[in-house]
Amino acid sequence: MAPGIGKGANVTGVIAMSTETTKPKSFQEIILRLQAYWAAKGCAVMQPYDMEVGAGTFHPATTLRSLGSRPWAAAYVQPSRRPTDGRYGENPNRLQHYYQYQVLIKPSPPDLQDLYLGSLEAIGIDMDMHDIRFVEDDWESPTLGAWGLGWEVWCDGMEVSQFTYFQQVGGHDCAPVSGELTYGLERLAMYVLGIDHVMEMPYNDPQAPIALKYGDVFRQTEEEYSRWNFDVADTDMLFRHFEEAEAECRAILEHPASDPKTGKRIVMAHPAYDQCIKASHLFNLLDARGVISVTERQAYIGRVRTLAKLCADAFVQTEAGGYDVASAQVPA
Amino acid sequence: MPDLLIELLSEEIPARMQTRAAEDLKKRMTDALVEAGLTYAGAEAFSTPRRLTLAVHDLLAQSPDTREERKGPRADAPEKAIEGFLRGAGVARDALEERETPKGNVLFAVIEKKGRPAAEIVAETLETTIRNFPWPKSMRWGSGSLRWVRPLHSILCILSDEQGTTTVPLDIDGIEAGNVTRGHRFMGGAPFAVNGFDDYEAKLKRDHVILSPAERADHIAQDAQNLAFAAGLELVEDKGLLAEVAGLVEWPVVLMGEIGEDFLALPPEVLQTSMKEHQKFFSVRNPKTGRIERFITVANIETKDNGATILAGNQKVLAARLSDAKFFWENDLRVARAGMGEWLEKLENVTFERQLGTQAMRIARIARLARALAPVTGADPDMAEQAARVAKADLSSEMVYEFPELQGLMGRYYAEAAGFPVEVAQAAQDHYAPLGPSDDVPEGAVSRAVALADKLDTLTGFWAIDEKPTGSKDPFALRRAALGVIRIILAGNMRLKLDSFIDRHLTLHKLGLNRAKATTGEIDTLEEVIEEISEHGVFGAAFHAVLDRLKDRDGAPETGEGSLLRTVGDAVPDISTDLLAFFHDRLKVHLRDQGLRHDVIDACLELGGGDDLAMLVRRAEALGAFLKTEDGDNLLQGFKRANNILTQAEEKDGVEYSFGADVKFAETEEEKTLFAALDAATPRIEAAIKGENPTEALEALASLRAPIDAFFEAVQVNAENEVLRRNRLNLLSRIRATCLKIADLTKLQG
Repeated sequence: MAPGIGKGANVTGVIAMSTETTKPKSFQEIILRLQAYWAAKGCAVMQPYDMEVGAGTFHPATTLRSLGSRPWAAAYVQPSRRPTDGRYGENPNRLQHYYQYQVLIKPSPPDLQDLYLGSLEAIGIDMDMHDIRFVEDDWESPTLGAWGLGWEVWCDGMEVSQFTYFQQVGGHDCAPVSGELTYGLERLAMYVLGIDHVMEMPYNDPQAPIALKYGDVFRQTEEEYSRWNFDVADTDMLFRHFEEAEAECRAILEHPASDPKTGKRIVMAHPAYDQCIKASHLFNLLDARGVISVTERQAYIGRVRTLAKLCADAFVQTEAGGYDVASAQVPA
Repeated sequence: MPDLLIELLSEEIPARMQTRAAEDLKKRMTDALVEAGLTYAGAEAFSTPRRLTLAVHDLLAQSPDTREERKGPRADAPEKAIEGFLRGAGVARDALEERETPKGNVLFAVIEKKGRPAAEIVAETLETTIRNFPWPKSMRWGSGSLRWVRPLHSILCILSDEQGTTTVPLDIDGIEAGNVTRGHRFMGGAPFAVNGFDDYEAKLKRDHVILSPAERADHIAQDAQNLAFAAGLELVEDKGLLAEVAGLVEWPVVLMGEIGEDFLALPPEVLQTSMKEHQKFFSVRNPKTGRIERFITVANIETKDNGATILAGNQKVLAARLSDAKFFWENDLRVARAGMGEWLEKLENVTFERQLGTQAMRIARIARLARALAPVTGADPDMAEQAARVAKADLSSEMVYEFPELQGLMGRYYAEAAGFPVEVAQAAQDHYAPLGPSDDVPEGAVSRAVALADKLDTLTGFWAIDEKPTGSKDPFALRRAALGVIRIILAGNMRLKLDSFIDRHLTLHKLGLNRAKATTGEIDTLEEVIEEISEHGVFGAAFHAVLDRLKDRDGAPETGEGSLLRTVGDAVPDISTDLLAFFHDRLKVHLRDQGLRHDVIDACLELGGGDDLAMLVRRAEALGAFLKTEDGDNLLQGFKRANNILTQAEEKDGVEYSFGADVKFAETEEEKTLFAALDAATPRIEAAIKGENPTEALEALASLRAPIDAFFEAVQVNAENEVLRRNRLNLLSRIRATCLKIADLTKLQG
């Protein structure tokens, strides 16, 4: 177990050490504080996954690493895309591209709630002044064949995070269970910084020589992508790419584990999973273009789920997924 | 005698599960304790977002000693038999006693069990209860295998009496029971030990936890009312929300906030729904204007600034939510004012059910049926059709997409904005009703026509594709729809041949289901049948009339074996009968709830006319009331007696006595009186039936009671004289026939 995670972690001590309770000044400072906090708690601070995904959960560091018996602790920012949420940068809090902060710890430590609350203090939320609540919200991802129990966390009536104990991913029971925390960064930051319109939020320090607001960075891209997502994306091409990604995912996994060139056992779970992620995002794009009917929707979601399950099946056949190379089997 | 205190402290328990969980904890623990011999004086269970607590008072300190004697085999029985007995009784060979009995020497086992201390039993019972707890959903966490609703952190389990407090020794998957708990997550101090329930409850309160959900709810309701009152406003009560909110906080702090001026023009239902669904806010109304002007939120913490920061945050979230709602409302109003055409067009691409087609197709069917039903409900046909065409337009609106529970209500607002007549707008709101047994039936004639058409379209549609409810499965709420039809018909005392409308609409569904493969000729023929059903009453007659006409026509569609028309023609009557029987089943359930026996309805149904539900119910009610009178009950006995004698004689003689009773063969006064009574009653009954006055018919029937009783008292039916006997049997047959004009009394029990 990484130091700091699990029993005996001293939440208040870390906060005193890192930030006192000064208010952060910018969007990026909040991210930096979260990174520092979770690093201090022993998480591997990872980088965003280099593909288009709908949420931080899709990062293999969560989806795949929540499977199998090996301990894991990771924290990272993940840019997330939800094409249907595009509002041309005009809506105060809806974006088709936004950031999630994601923490995954396996097995879930007994003091995960306290660790989480510590992270809120770290970004300047004073527990004595705010009303923090854990409100039932069970999580389910039909595309990932995954579900868990947990809460949405409210701060003064606003949802600031999703807190989930994974029970199943890709159709596999999670044992041990991972604890997952997901922070919607823009919304959380707007709240902490007291900003009403996301585009007005300071991105870097407002005192910096070149002070940038969120809108300076993203207003234009929101416009461009909103137009493309809703009206321009070539749906024939998207449909074709969906089929191709699906076919490639299956094809990758049909290869025998043993690599003829190196003679090694190489199960290609991650490359296959990349194709699954692709298919999922292509589906989201098609959905935003409004070309998928209600009945077809279920069928497409089912197809992505099938891929996710195949990838999960493959991952538990790998070393990271708990496969024991010496005995050549998956431990019970 | 000791008191037992148990507290299971966990991460936050979903509010909706808390009450039930507390009850389950109490029931499972106390049942198991009593089962193990530990009786008690009283028990109470409590829940908060983080804990389930059980307090049991005056528990036995230990279970009583028990002594049981078991008789075994004879002493000289085979060794195998004796071994078996030893195993069963759980005793050793030398513990058996040999006793002399009349059957020889028999072995007896005396099983004595010492009572066990409460702590031991409590530990076992609690472990079993925790491991098998009936959470609606439970989970694992960390590396363990224990399941609980959310991670379980600690178990407090103590027994206390005058001598002091002892902790029950128990360890479940590494969680060791103790005498320690902790208070409020944010306002509480360090963990503390407790020595009994009173101490526990008091210390919790000191540490900002109100243990009792009822006390928290009272506190919230009181403070909320006071805050509203002080501002000259009133709280919109919501019991469900109150219970939920009481389950979200351990230390309720009630705060009232403002709704931005910008949002006050939104419909009050939208404000209320948005605030309740998203924020769990109560609404506060201005009693003078009926407008929702403020909100009440319940925090879980007291702060230095008296909740100012919390309230500001909540207000901000609300403003964001309501800007969304306002945006939807304004966009929707624009579409509505333009006549809602855009929404109706959209519904052409929304599937209702794969086989039954799009929402637009469904609306077209409902409109057609609503028009046909209009005369029955007393509505203007044009208006009924128009109402049906726009009633579901709001399904495309942004507001209903966001808040599906506002469907219908938004329809009314939008239909008003579109300038439709008030009846049409009202139908948009009311046509889903009644949604359950206690929901109101729509009032207006237009609303009723659309409501009936909507439900009948659903029922005939799912019957046409053979998706009927089975057992507990009724995914399309067809039972509710049928009950809705029944309640609307009865509420309006509507006289209609239900099967005629069922046939009509089933044929329309069949036409829709086959449209892709049907020829123009076939489509036209089915259309013709649909229109003729109203004339002929039912499908069969209309179908044959149309087919007859077709024969002479050039290029008439195929009607032979295996043809589309023949297949439809064969299917519709069977499906229709089946659906009508489903209506009768639902009717029986409905009337049973109102205290009318199902056999009474069966008796009335046997006589036909089951397609006229309003009349059927009037007849059944009259019969039910009649049977409760002395006359009615006696007449029923008389009828049964007549029927039994007659049936036996008919079986024995192999003939049916149904004709020719003649007063000239009447020997006794009683017979003559009965003849006279039947002569007098029969035309009265017939007239009453014709005049649809079942009570009058039954009163006429009641006039037969005394003559029938007197007849059976004085007359031997199976007389020696064959002429007399036959005449009397024929007379009994008249009694039977007369009674059966009103209802099939043979169906009645008792």
